[in-house]
Amino acid sequence: MKNLVPVFTVLAVIVGIWYLAVAPMNVRVALDQAERAGEVVVPEGSVPRRAVSVWRLMLDNSDHVALGYALERPRLPTPGQVGQELWKTTGEMVQKGRPFSKRGLIYHGWITLQSTLWGFALGTLLGIVGAVAIVYSRTAQLSLMPWAIISQTIPIVALAPMIIVLSSQVGIEGRGVPKAIISAYLCFFPVLVGMVKGLRAPQPAQLDLLRTYNATGLQSFLRLRLPASVPYLFTSLKVGIAAALVGTIVGELPTGAISGLGARILIGDQFGTPLAIWSALFAAAVLAGALVTLLDLAQRVTLKRMGMAP
Amino acid sequence: MTIKNVISAQNLNLTFQTNDGPVHALKGVSLDIAKGDFVSFIGPSGCGKTTFLRCMADLEQPTGGSITVNGTTAEAARKARAYGYVFQAAGLYPWRTIGRNISLPLEIMGYSKADIADRVARTLELVELAGFEKKSPWQLSGGMQQRASIARALAFDADILLMDEPFGALDEIVRDHLNEQLLQLWARTEKTIAFVTHSIPEAVYLSTKIVVMSPRPGRITDIIESTLPKERPLDIRESPEFLEIAHRVRDGLRAGHAYD
Repeated sequence: MKNLVPVFTVLAVIVGIWYLAVAPMNVRVALDQAERAGEVVVPEGSVPRRAVSVWRLMLDNSDHVALGYALERPRLPTPGQVGQELWKTTGEMVQKGRPFSKRGLIYHGWITLQSTLWGFALGTLLGIVGAVAIVYSRTAQLSLMPWAIISQTIPIVALAPMIIVLSSQVGIEGRGVPKAIISAYLCFFPVLVGMVKGLRAPQPAQLDLLRTYNATGLQSFLRLRLPASVPYLFTSLKVGIAAALVGTIVGELPTGAISGLGARILIGDQFGTPLAIWSALFAAAVLAGALVTLLDLAQRVTLKRMGMAP
Repeated sequence: MTIKNVISAQNLNLTFQTNDGPVHALKGVSLDIAKGDFVSFIGPSGCGKTTFLRCMADLEQPTGGSITVNGTTAEAARKARAYGYVFQAAGLYPWRTIGRNISLPLEIMGYSKADIADRVARTLELVELAGFEKKSPWQLSGGMQQRASIARALAFDADILLMDEPFGALDEIVRDHLNEQLLQLWARTEKTIAFVTHSIPEAVYLSTKIVVMSPRPGRITDIIESTLPKERPLDIRESPEFLEIAHRVRDGLRAGHAYD
């Protein structure tokens, strides 16, 4: 309970700054609108106003500043507007009995979530297999690790369209598979690095002990290295799933996709509907938060059941 | 060589190649350990006592000389699971209960389920940890954890027990208690024990034979046959006989130091 006070204080500060920022960000649009409605605005005309700072405009037209908080196409929407838009595209859809309408974020979120989970599964698998290879073979370490690191230095925005084009060349229909590949591309790296560290976590004495039992390589992998890596794995998975979500959204952005949260952001941009962009961004954030929380829960339960957390 | 020598080292050498040139961890080490002996290795750090133990366990390969364990090579003895090894750190798996930690070697060696349950119960009894089978390692004190790790080494009934400073990290009172228990366990199981320590009283109290070692190069400087009776209450450590042996050990250690 004591934690709630600081948590809500930080939240209140963020929302407060956001609300304050809305006035200067929207004052020009608000004045244009007021002028069209026949109100007197200083100075007159949208072109002369460009030479005047937003602070001056707010000071000279203090009556019209409030208008900036209720625009249909604001430069910066208020938190309340974003919340309303989010509700309109999710909860209200459910109330109307059309939760999976293509105009709602549940549908688009679901499309993004699917690709994210596929990418996450693929990336995790690749990361674990790569880590095992690296831990057990020096050749694999020397040949795989540099590529893994280089792969993360290439901007994914540049790579995503290429993956889409190449995958359509080999006859893969739709965007599901290439999006999952892009998402896996971002997700495998944290899993790889975490698992290498985890599989190497056992002390030399613990490996010596298994040697005194004349244990096989498989036995020491299954009984020592793998369980010892579990805490590291979960930490990596939490980073990995967030990366997978980012990968999916980036995969939806520059590729002409029409569904998914990334597509909503792009379409919102093209049609000048900032509310759609902001609500899609918040939907993505909520989704990421939910996924990481789920993994965190799975981590606690698993470690407790393994006896590794009191 | 007679059969009764469980471990026999002849002119053993082990040289590590390092960036600062070769390090002679062991040089010309010869020793016979008879069945049922309790042999302690004592000496300052760098004298090769742990390295010697690791050679017996085939965890380290000597660069010269020969070593036999149970009449075969150290490697064959390790593969035949001829010894149990106890490390300084208990090294219990945190994700396994005490009982499942002790069953670890048995699972690896392919014992049947019923046999495993039976042996776990028996060895827990032996180290006085009966009733702790379902506990997690973190719920046990350091001394109890070390007892569990000894139980793990005993579970598959190897005739030889190799112990590398098993009580080094424990406080004196716990150590006294565990020393006493170890002697009782040794008397009951009639195992051959090789025990590395840096404590003179511990070495004298436990051993039938004390091997004093010295560094640079690692070598044996004295072998002392204990004249103490097999039955040893803790207060035997105040007897003149005990003090005399301790004195000789201390002299041996000092001589080794004066040499370099």
